[in-house]
Amino acid sequence: MGTCACEQKGQFTDEDTAAVKSVLDGYGQKEGELVHALQDVQHALGYLPKEAMEMIADSFNLSFAHIYGVASFYAHFYFAPRGKNIIKVCTGTACHVRGAKDIVIGLEEELGIEAGGTTDDMEFTLETVSCVGCCALAPVVVVNEEVVKEKKPKRIVSSVRGSEDDK
Amino acid sequence: MTNKRLKGAKDLELLRKDLLKGREEESASVRVCCGTGCRASGSDKIVESLEREAAKAGLNIRVCPTGCQGLCEKGPLVVSVVDGTFYHKVDAFDAPKIVDLTLGRKEKIDRLLLSDPITGERAQTEEEIPFYAKQERVVLKNCGHIDPESIEDYIAAGGYKALAKALTGMTPDEVLSEIKAARLRGRGGAGFDAGVKWEGARRVKSDVKYIICNGDEGDPGAFMDRSVLEGDPHAVIEGMIIAAYAVGDSKNGYIYARGEYPLAVKNMNIAITQARELGLLGKNILGSGLNFDVEVKKGAGAFICGESTALMYSIEGKRGMPRPTPPRSVEKGLYGKPTVLNNVETLACVPPIIEKGADWFRSIGTKGSPGTKIFALTGKVKNTGLIEVPMGISIGEIIYDIGGGIIDDREFKAAQIGGPSGGCIPKEHLDLEVDFDSLSEVGAMMGSGGLVIMDESDCMVEIARYFLSFTQVESCGKCPPCRIGTSEMLKILTDIVEGRGKEGDIERLEEIGKRIQETALCGLGKSAPNPVLSTIRYFRDEYEAHILKDFCPAGACVSLGHYRIESSECLMCNLCVEVCAFDAIIEKRGSLYIDEVYCDKCGACIGVCPTNCIVREFVEKPALAKSGKGETKDE
Repeated sequence: MGTCACEQKGQFTDEDTAAVKSVLDGYGQKEGELVHALQDVQHALGYLPKEAMEMIADSFNLSFAHIYGVASFYAHFYFAPRGKNIIKVCTGTACHVRGAKDIVIGLEEELGIEAGGTTDDMEFTLETVSCVGCCALAPVVVVNEEVVKEKKPKRIVSSVRGSEDDK
Repeated sequence: MTNKRLKGAKDLELLRKDLLKGREEESASVRVCCGTGCRASGSDKIVESLEREAAKAGLNIRVCPTGCQGLCEKGPLVVSVVDGTFYHKVDAFDAPKIVDLTLGRKEKIDRLLLSDPITGERAQTEEEIPFYAKQERVVLKNCGHIDPESIEDYIAAGGYKALAKALTGMTPDEVLSEIKAARLRGRGGAGFDAGVKWEGARRVKSDVKYIICNGDEGDPGAFMDRSVLEGDPHAVIEGMIIAAYAVGDSKNGYIYARGEYPLAVKNMNIAITQARELGLLGKNILGSGLNFDVEVKKGAGAFICGESTALMYSIEGKRGMPRPTPPRSVEKGLYGKPTVLNNVETLACVPPIIEKGADWFRSIGTKGSPGTKIFALTGKVKNTGLIEVPMGISIGEIIYDIGGGIIDDREFKAAQIGGPSGGCIPKEHLDLEVDFDSLSEVGAMMGSGGLVIMDESDCMVEIARYFLSFTQVESCGKCPPCRIGTSEMLKILTDIVEGRGKEGDIERLEEIGKRIQETALCGLGKSAPNPVLSTIRYFRDEYEAHILKDFCPAGACVSLGHYRIESSECLMCNLCVEVCAFDAIIEKRGSLYIDEVYCDKCGACIGVCPTNCIVREFVEKPALAKSGKGETKDE
């Protein structure tokens, strides 16, 4: 698709509707499945647009407020589109004492965004995470769900850009 | 792959015999650590190339990708099963050599053997490495030894033997009394007796009961649950089935795994499917009439969901906020039904106890806390990784014998144990025998077992602030003591760290901390002030130095530093002048200097200086009453 990412922001397409529908088809109305349904919808769309949550509310026969209440409680749910590549810097205790802060600052400078933000070209989202359980390799960075050992902010970003060029 | 359901204990034994026979026929096998840590260092590529090379050489070699082998720092790890040769920091390019020399000609590759940092001698096998020698592996015995994606491996290693024993040879009451006699204490933090918990749930009459495995390991600095879920998922399932049998009336179990652990969720789901295929989960398990099934619930990123009542609400699809107890969850838990909730490690302790008996379990560890404990040893030690040691081992032994001492042989300052619920153990307690009770006596807590070692360059006030910033963000906000209290404490700590501390701050921190401990709703809230109170208890002088002398003894708090330009090395490039947002760098008589009055101590100038001639110094000022401090800046 040739359209710019920022034009798509906030637009809920028919494709999205279909995607949410196909996810929700796999679920009943059991409230216990709600968190998993939210996770799957987010996996399909990259974030949780209001329209998608309304569809989930209808499907589970719960109010929109209830759905939003649950989704907003958990840190893994996002209500705005995120970048194509997600860089998470672990700031757990072990990473903290081994200098995770410097990596965060370095990446913030390299990408020109603050932790939690997304670059304007929608390429990168930078986040911090409390602990990914790789404390023995501290400090660690997770790029698109993969733990990487690289600690130099410039190299982390360029390796992501580089692997994209390969495709 | 047998697709046959096992109809009884005999079927299981036959299958085990078959599997063991098949293993003997293989000429060699090699274990490659594929835990999250080693995967990050590229171990999956090593598996691929080892397989390729073995096929090329025409050798019948089994390449076994295992869970975490423990010594993550030195990964990726490769162990030859034939003679136990232990290789560290292996590269995919080493594969041809390993296949040819080690597996083919039984020669060792010196370069890949781990050398002792003191003697320089190279250890040939795992047993020769001090990191492993001092450990006692009960829960981790399979972790790193079997392929977690293979139920055959688990069964060949003696898996599900305990389950067969319990289901065919013991009554639920006998299982219960065995666990009680073993005095198995919950490994998730508080150390509550698991047998008592099971008994409580057994006593309540209900048509449905639930067994939950708590794998929401939110403590930063802990990863033992992740490693067990990833590396030995069947042990957890086996423990849960035994729990279901002992408690009775439970048909469903949930494994609540942290959302940050994708590999654990994956391996757990594979294991569940395999167990179902063999009839070890589902209806009429091993012909005993027991019906029980397990499901994985993936967390969505909330530390508070590690608290039992919050976790249950989260499984129900609600906001994961704790509720007041009683009623305890063994009476009214998930969906209002009696529920047993145990930690991953606790459940993984169950099969060995049933198999070898309570007396054996009690022979390990201390009287009050029998058994072993897994610690995630991290921070400033040479060997970081996952260790399992008998309870009662001293902190000193862990750090120096297993951990190999402090990095760069610096001075040990404190060990932080138990994450944001725990506390710091200073030098004077290095020989403290670690168990549940001794730790709470010194103001720390077992927690889940994260052990972060800190040296002289770590500022204890800053560490306390770090933990508070974590608990403050993660506070669910339901009860005011935790919601408001932690945020107040964080404000004070931030002030101290940034040089705005006032006299009386320490007392105020103690006062608020004690109130939170007394009044917060849940265990996590009650323990939130622990890191602050324990650092005040042992490092009060550091707090005082920050407040009264504007001095950070560890040299870690940048805001308390003084910035100076070493003019002999300065190129006068003016980069620092441009980057300084406070116009604090001034040119005078042909050289640059920093005006302390304007300097905000942000450190931006250090970052841009090409010759590294800007230095941050920590100078101890004479103790002054704090009221006089702000005036110089305002003038």
